[in-house]
Amino acid sequence: MAFFILKRLIQSVFVMIAVAFLAFSLFRFVGDPVSQMTGVETSAEDSARLREELGLNDAFIVQFGRFTNNMLHGDFGYSYRTRQPVADMIAARIPATLELGTVALLISLLVGIPTGVYTALRPRGFVTQAILLTTLVGVSIPTFVIGIMLIFLFGVQLGWLPTFGRGGTVQIGGWTSSLFTFDGWRALILPAVTLGVYQLTLTMRLVRAEMMEVLRSDYIRFATARGIPYRSLYFRHALANTMVPVITIIGLQFGGVIAFSIVTESVFQWPGMGLLFLESIRFVDIPVMGVYLVVIAFFFVLVNMIVDLLYVAIDPRLRVRGDG
Amino acid sequence: MLARLIKSEPVYLFFRSPAAMLAAIVAILVLGGAAFAPFLASTDPYDLSSFSLMDGLLPPLWEGGDPRFLLGTDDQGRDMVSAILFGARLSLTIGLMAMAVASVLGVGLGLAAGYFGGRFDAIVMRIADIQLALPAILTALLIDGISRGVLPPAIHQDLRVAVLTLAIALSLWVNFARTARASVFVERNKDYVQAAMIMGQHPLRVMLRHILPNIMGPLLVIMTVDLASAILLEATLSFLGIGLPADSPSLGTLIRIGMQFLLSGEWWILWVPTLFLVALVVSINVLGDFLRDVFNPRLR
Repeated sequence: MAFFILKRLIQSVFVMIAVAFLAFSLFRFVGDPVSQMTGVETSAEDSARLREELGLNDAFIVQFGRFTNNMLHGDFGYSYRTRQPVADMIAARIPATLELGTVALLISLLVGIPTGVYTALRPRGFVTQAILLTTLVGVSIPTFVIGIMLIFLFGVQLGWLPTFGRGGTVQIGGWTSSLFTFDGWRALILPAVTLGVYQLTLTMRLVRAEMMEVLRSDYIRFATARGIPYRSLYFRHALANTMVPVITIIGLQFGGVIAFSIVTESVFQWPGMGLLFLESIRFVDIPVMGVYLVVIAFFFVLVNMIVDLLYVAIDPRLRVRGDG
Repeated sequence: MLARLIKSEPVYLFFRSPAAMLAAIVAILVLGGAAFAPFLASTDPYDLSSFSLMDGLLPPLWEGGDPRFLLGTDDQGRDMVSAILFGARLSLTIGLMAMAVASVLGVGLGLAAGYFGGRFDAIVMRIADIQLALPAILTALLIDGISRGVLPPAIHQDLRVAVLTLAIALSLWVNFARTARASVFVERNKDYVQAAMIMGQHPLRVMLRHILPNIMGPLLVIMTVDLASAILLEATLSFLGIGLPADSPSLGTLIRIGMQFLLSGEWWILWVPTLFLVALVVSINVLGDFLRDVFNPRLR
């Protein structure tokens, strides 16, 4: 058990080093950092001095070591575009993206799991067929079109909900939250639904497939023969056994949520990390791009660690095998 | 040959599936419209002299528009029918090219990985795993961002279509590689492959002449599904303003332009390209679903 966690930790560290290396290579080799930081009127001596000060003349591995060390100490360098510390820029954007992503994931799970179970229990029903057809169309509609449709319907035609920004926010110890104001929740609904819909179809299809698989298994047949009430059969015996794959996709979906939050944030002008990343691509702001990658990778690794721990908590077989 | 094709199982199933037929009709219409856009479109949306500001913001015909413009015009006076035909032409070109590059790269690597196994297989699959953890859109954005940094702005402008195609292709090859590799593992131990190997045929020949034709089924499914993904990716990137610029509008760019009219009542500028894109992608996905069912008899 402890060995299992340790192995995962070491793997995670390697992933982070690889991503940091990627970010460093971006910074070092895509364009020249010195020419990005200086203007046309900078003299050659000044450029040379800046190059020396930044340590760009040192050996590659020394530079990478310093880059990583700085990152570990919270120094992520400076943006080419705004000249501000990248750490501050990203930190200011993290709450918006995390709140959006979490609510979207919750929508995906709270709607996806029940509909998945339902469509598995009644595979030939009319409602099931309708839901399956809807999800097929839903998968084909790009995220940004779903966002536009929601804006058009609820923002423009009905005028019920705001179509951009975060609405009212509250500061809680440096964390800017929109979860504590009515206004903030109103602003959150459309982006979160937009982001959640695609993940929802994935959750639903997976739960359905797993559930149908489990329902065919021998132990469910025996349980049926023993006369266990259907409610307990479906929800205690069958659903519990679909939980391991479901937790796996939560981990995978987190990646999808982060990636598509770029699109959603762009449609709704949601001031999160995704919007910052887009701006940094447009202005070739390499330090911000690199740090965005590192931060995203960190969240990935963190979520996957939690998922691994949940496996052990859910599946007793893993506990017995322990270090397997 | 033709008689055999008509009597074959996929064709038989095709004519019994109304959804697949409808999807095929939509896809063929869009493909035809895109291919013959220069002949079908009344105006050339790239040629500023072919339309006039005087015709700007005309609604579609059934809302009291001008008979020359069936689906209305945008603020520049550009005919919407012409715009979506040329837009679809560009979107499909990029989508098909990206799909082609991704399939050649992915199938090639997958075949080789499955055939040779060992260290080569391990390396290819590790790269595939890493990329699979990154969603395609993030990969494509990143490649585009890097290309902006590496290439001088002027050259980058000229190479927009190529960069975009490559960015999309590099984010989609994994599917092909994994499918090809898995299929090769199944085929490799069959007698015909063993026989060809014992006869001392060149590995390349065994892979391309013997194995590849026998694993085309699943690859064809991936091709269809990935074509839809490629078109969606291009549309998304262009919508985000990272893809193609406004002077060569693909469907995604047209939608981005249309967003500006979301609040002002000229709904057709937004909805005409949007619905066109959705119809195209839905029909390709329905066809992909149909192919999957055909090639996977277990599901029938």
